[in-house]
Amino acid sequence: MNARDWTAVTKVGDIPLREGRAVTVGGAEIAIFRLEDRYLTIENKCPHKGGPLCDGIVSGATVVCPLHGRRFDLETGMPVRASEPSGVATFATRVEDGIIFVNMSGYKSREVAAT
Amino acid sequence: MKQQLVVVGNGMAGVSCVEQILKQPHSFDITIFGDETHVNYNRILLSLVLAGEKSAEEIVINDIAWYQTNGIRARLGVKIAAIDREKRVVIDEDGGATEYDKLILATGSSAFIPQIPGVDKKNVHFFRTLDDTRALLDKARPGLKAAVIGGGLLGLEAARGLQMRGCEVTVVHLMETLMERQLDATGGDYLKRKIESLGIRVMLPQQTAALFGNGRVDGLRFASGEELEADLVVIAAGIRPNAELGRKAGLKVGRGIVVNDYMETSDPHIFAVGECTEHRGQTFGLIAPLFEQGRVLASTLTGKRGPVFGGTSPAAKLKIMGVDIFSAGSIDESGLGVETVRYEDPSLGIYKKLLLKDNQLLGMILVGDIEDEPIYMDWLRSGTDLTPHRRQILFPPRDADPGRAVADMPDSETICGCNGVRKGDIIRAIHAHGITTLAGLKERTRASTSCGTCTGLCEKLLRAVTPDFQDETRTTLCSCVPFSYEQLRDMIRGQKLKSVEEVLNIYGNRKGCEVCKPALSYLLDMVWCGEHEEDRSARFINDRVHANIQKDGTFSVVPRMRGGVTTPDELRRIADVADKYNVPMVKVTGSQRIDLLGIKKADLPQVWADLGMPSGQAYTKGVRMVKTCVGSDFCRFGVQDSTRAGIELERRLENLFTPHKFKMGVVGCPRNCAEATVKDLGLVGQDGSWQVVVGGAAGKSVRKADLLITVETTEQAMQASDLFFQYYRENANYLERSYDFVERLGIEKIRKETVYAPEAEKRKLLDRLARSKALAKDAWLEGRTPVSPTQFVQIQPMEVQPAK
Repeated sequence: MNARDWTAVTKVGDIPLREGRAVTVGGAEIAIFRLEDRYLTIENKCPHKGGPLCDGIVSGATVVCPLHGRRFDLETGMPVRASEPSGVATFATRVEDGIIFVNMSGYKSREVAAT
Repeated sequence: MKQQLVVVGNGMAGVSCVEQILKQPHSFDITIFGDETHVNYNRILLSLVLAGEKSAEEIVINDIAWYQTNGIRARLGVKIAAIDREKRVVIDEDGGATEYDKLILATGSSAFIPQIPGVDKKNVHFFRTLDDTRALLDKARPGLKAAVIGGGLLGLEAARGLQMRGCEVTVVHLMETLMERQLDATGGDYLKRKIESLGIRVMLPQQTAALFGNGRVDGLRFASGEELEADLVVIAAGIRPNAELGRKAGLKVGRGIVVNDYMETSDPHIFAVGECTEHRGQTFGLIAPLFEQGRVLASTLTGKRGPVFGGTSPAAKLKIMGVDIFSAGSIDESGLGVETVRYEDPSLGIYKKLLLKDNQLLGMILVGDIEDEPIYMDWLRSGTDLTPHRRQILFPPRDADPGRAVADMPDSETICGCNGVRKGDIIRAIHAHGITTLAGLKERTRASTSCGTCTGLCEKLLRAVTPDFQDETRTTLCSCVPFSYEQLRDMIRGQKLKSVEEVLNIYGNRKGCEVCKPALSYLLDMVWCGEHEEDRSARFINDRVHANIQKDGTFSVVPRMRGGVTTPDELRRIADVADKYNVPMVKVTGSQRIDLLGIKKADLPQVWADLGMPSGQAYTKGVRMVKTCVGSDFCRFGVQDSTRAGIELERRLENLFTPHKFKMGVVGCPRNCAEATVKDLGLVGQDGSWQVVVGGAAGKSVRKADLLITVETTEQAMQASDLFFQYYRENANYLERSYDFVERLGIEKIRKETVYAPEAEKRKLLDRLARSKALAKDAWLEGRTPVSPTQFVQIQPMEVQPAK
């Protein structure tokens, strides 16, 4: 994995504890969440009705969509309730010198990922 | 000629025995010796003194006046060194002799001092007496590293007490699991998780080999070679009966002073009671059997020689709020024919285990849910044949005869061990003060205000004794914090919790969810009247950005227009904002407001600034608006100035949060044009008076509001509104609309506790409302001073990547 896959996104202080923030990177809208000891990044758009996941309430390492309450695992992007059909993409995230980097190398648009 | 009765020991067992003697005809002249300098106090409550929940004065059972009134000579701070059985005298350390005809040894027990090098170092304490507790209180301070050696009842309670003082506490226990004498391994694991979730570290199994430090303790060294840093060490490794005095006097002594079923020792003039005794090979450390022993001994001494003490099965309850642990009877499942029935739910932290033999209950372990303890204890004591109950044994039906369990108890039986409240005290209080609710009972008697484990019993007593008992619906908030709203309010108040994280870490699963986090946020705001630690991450997006999220992720903006009254200037600014931001829809709402829909989050602060109007709170569980009709100024039917009253009402309550949204209406005549009778609170103008109506609805439910009261002046109508408003805030469950709340409680009860309440009670409600109001502010001011740098700002990546 080469260094160019990692994009410097923002300063750590920009995301309050247990909240998420949306950023558009290279055409992808992602939501970065700050947990107690780490940052996790998923696709911002809820596959149900497109709700902004960055605005959801965080519960442990999951987030709840503010529109209709779908819940996603922030580590895997999978829906927490097995009955719900689809999950969201996840992106590797790391912090260096107070800057949050997200690895966008695996990103493909939803249409492509679905195939 | 009076007989000399001498009691050596001024603790709970000895003094409670004396109390029993005083209740009967007797001819004793009583002297009590106590080596502590204090009057008789409730030793069980020392952990609450340590935790700061009670003062030393509050745990006194018999004050000095009690000794005087009953003609008892109290010799406090005097230690008895020897007994001369020939001469029948006790000799104190200064050589003074006191004659006795009858002698009671109630010398209690002492902390077991393990043979560990370094136990004599400074800052190594025991936790047994009021002086020990005071010494600990002197040392305990936030940030201090404290280690508690011993993971039994006392050790855990000491650990919690020190932690409540801000210490960083580690419990070190020799065995594989905590409270291993009362719990099995599974129960111990559940307990460990609970204790850890309180923020207390637990180290198991860990044998302390030495306490190191130069004069003062610096830490513990374990047999494994590991070390633990500690500025303060508390040893709670068990107790040993104080049998030395009896042993030296030549009485029969095993581990304790041996007594028979009449509490007689091997000397016919000497008796013993309490933790210093050994009865049928058993020694004692919990309170209930000691009271029983005292009753038996009082009978023996006053010449009845009966009833007898038959021993008791051990029962133990942990007094840490939120950690419900109960164990009783035998927990040994290895016996022939012993069966176990088990239930557990890891995410609720509930574990129940019952041991049965021949269809009779032998023992139990209850973790996380101890509500059924009274039924099980009844089965245990009575040896009930459980054949008909086997199918429901883990969840015994509770309503069969709720009065039965309490009817079986004698008046003298202690219901609330923490506060020393007996069944008789509760019944007297209920009658004397007309108590009908648990809250009332708590206020009067303090029963069930400490650890809360007797709440169920108190409720049963109320139900049995009070003709008009009012049940408080117990709805559990959510599986993350499985407690009722009432319990949560008590916990937040009692444990002085100021943030959602604290509540979840101590009483919950440390995570919380979208259901409980906003509810806890509300409770904290309400209990502390706004002086809590606001945590935006625990709130719904609407309350993070003060606007209502729409289906496409944009927001709607509704400025406040008090009473639905606006000006041409405001309307022009609204129109300008709609143009400037290309607002896709401008809508007049059902609440006489104007809604600007489709605003981007990042634009919110500027939109608010351009509007120059305060937040209409149309997005939150809070005060929405007051809808008014034209009123007496213009309307030819209007008899009251509804617009002015509506604006005033809105100003009084705006910016406050409520359990659910709160809508109001004020109308100037009974034609009710602004629909005040289907609002959460309405004022209906009549000629010369206002009707104050509450609990109306015209949404998913339609309900005509109930009349709270009719008053003559607008000021009185405002006060009645304030009273109901604050009462609803304090007593409704989160997300309970006023119409459900009014139906649940009944309008009569609400009237009694608001508009017809004693002046002092009204004052308290109004004062709390005023405190909250003083801190409530227009949320849109955050547009200028955001709580975080990116509250509204859309983050732009630091590096630009080409779109794929």
